[in-house]
Amino acid sequence: MAGHSESHVHPVSLYTRTLWWLMALLVLTVAAGFIPNVPNWLGVVIALTIAVWKATIVIMNFMHVRFSGKLAWLFAGAGFFWLLIMLAFAFADYVSRPWEPFHGWPE
Amino acid sequence: MATATYTGTEKPNYLNWKTTVASWLLTYDHKRIAILYLVSISIFFLLGGLAAAFIRLDLATPKGDLLTSDIYNKMFTTHGVIMIFLFLIPSIPAVFGNFLLPLMIGARDVAFPRLNLLSWYFFMAGALLVLIALFRGGIDTGWTFYTPYSSSFAKGEVSLAIVGVFLAGFASIFTGINFLVTIHKMRAPGMTWFRLPLFVWAMYATSLIQVLGTPVVAITLLLVAVERTFRIGIFDPNLGGDPILYQHLFWFYSHPAVYIMILPAMGVISEVLSAFSKRRVFGYHFVAFSSLAIAIIGFLVWGHHMFSTGQSMYAGIVFSFLTWIVAIPSAIKIFNWMATIWKGRVHWDTPMLYALGFMGLFVIGGLTGLHLAAMATNVHLTDTYFIVAHFHYVMVGGAIMGYLAALHFWWPKMTGRMYPEGWGKLAAMLVFVGFNLTFFPQFILGYMGMPRRYHSYPEEWAVLNVLSTAGSSVLGFGYLLPVIYLTWSLKYGKVVTERNPWGARGLEWELVDPVPDPHNFERIPIVTRPAYDYAHPEEPTGFVPKPRPVVVGGKDG
Repeated sequence: MAGHSESHVHPVSLYTRTLWWLMALLVLTVAAGFIPNVPNWLGVVIALTIAVWKATIVIMNFMHVRFSGKLAWLFAGAGFFWLLIMLAFAFADYVSRPWEPFHGWPE
Repeated sequence: MATATYTGTEKPNYLNWKTTVASWLLTYDHKRIAILYLVSISIFFLLGGLAAAFIRLDLATPKGDLLTSDIYNKMFTTHGVIMIFLFLIPSIPAVFGNFLLPLMIGARDVAFPRLNLLSWYFFMAGALLVLIALFRGGIDTGWTFYTPYSSSFAKGEVSLAIVGVFLAGFASIFTGINFLVTIHKMRAPGMTWFRLPLFVWAMYATSLIQVLGTPVVAITLLLVAVERTFRIGIFDPNLGGDPILYQHLFWFYSHPAVYIMILPAMGVISEVLSAFSKRRVFGYHFVAFSSLAIAIIGFLVWGHHMFSTGQSMYAGIVFSFLTWIVAIPSAIKIFNWMATIWKGRVHWDTPMLYALGFMGLFVIGGLTGLHLAAMATNVHLTDTYFIVAHFHYVMVGGAIMGYLAALHFWWPKMTGRMYPEGWGKLAAMLVFVGFNLTFFPQFILGYMGMPRRYHSYPEEWAVLNVLSTAGSSVLGFGYLLPVIYLTWSLKYGKVVTERNPWGARGLEWELVDPVPDPHNFERIPIVTRPAYDYAHPEEPTGFVPKPRPVVVGGKDG
């Protein structure tokens, strides 16, 4: 297939390394949940950062995007961009709910 | 190879070269998988239609004498879930996309034939779970599964239905992935992007939505099941969740899902209008790019379903504006189609009648959508019968008219038999008249304030409701007719002997035989002409290269 790496066979070590990374990040996620006095927003940031990290490892190694052509990168990127659209528009609703067009609105 | 197993006397085609049940259930042939989908979704269409008949019969009297309110709630949920997830979403993509895409681009099959068959099995497994849920007491959440009702209060097998929809969703994702890769990688030599039939462009745009949107609704519905089963607070405020979050996630997919239903129908309409006007589609590039524009902008408008939920006014303004924008590419299509017919040699065959019906009904559905995009009118009209009428004009008047146009247009190619044209025209007329009689009164009822999802109503709305029920009986008859005469035609219909009975352009009409060979093309064609080249009817779209001569002797001999 055009744009794909010449060899379709990848060493088993690639997958075992992926597995260990995911396990380590799982432990990190749980451990982060036990850190005392972390503000809620920071907890969310930490959890989402680790989640994105895990997803990137899976997409790159397990789904072979690392070894693929530009088209595969484009579609993988589009997936992330669409996620960003969903999060941005949905959060925009939550953020802008308290905004008042003028003082005292809507009473 | 086909010839290795075929022992009949007729020339082998994809229908007759193997006839065992296993040869159908284990097939990797995109055309046979299309037929599997066609049979399955036809059954689901009849079941969903039966539920609709009960709804309309109940609404024939103001007190709703036929059903109790509980049964009524279950009936409209049954209708919605079956029609949307088991009929409309797979309808044109899984049947005609599967059958036509490889033929139209000059390929032997889709990129991943096994994934294609797996898609049908996922769909059937999902459908089975949904049907079990519906027949084991039913569910009354509506097809939207709104929380917290669905996750905390509704009785019945809601989780089972959700798992069913989840599986059917993955079938849709598999189809989308397959089509994207097929279109990118398997086009015949010379089949450039701007020589592709517009149906292929529409399927490409649809596949983008299937791949980018469906995972979101699949996981969202699974979260409902998780909340319902394990009482983990995600959407229920009593558990610390947020019900509006559910609506954001649900509509992020479910609004674009409308375009999964309508974009393929638009692709069909481009093909049919062009074939029956004998003209190239006017503004080909605009029509092609408008499909992509609808797919992309369609992802930015979901908040118009939530104007009256407590969503931020500012978010509402943005969603309202973007919803107005998405009307533009739809309008581009309509104007270009009208220009295509203009001064064309119009043939009034059944597919053309459905295509013209599509245009009229879709315009009404689209324009009433603008009323709902405006926040001020939306607040008045939301959750009324105006909404019901609007989305039926788009999803039934649009998508099903397109589906029926496709079914009649490609029926001779799919079956090798011609349907009875007179009956076809009669059915098209009945569907158009019955549809308008059913749903136009609902615009007025909604404007007058009749809420949806109630099984009784005040006496003053009785006349319009009786009109609507009477219309639905005409519509139901109009839908039953094709089921009868198309089934009849499989055995008694006129055998099609010419490969291109409509005189249409496109590789699928230039195959050697009337019904395609199991492998589509003996040799992959080389495309030399643009799509819809009706100005040069004597020139084929592509030519089949001659086999290379076998050299005997020499140093390799």
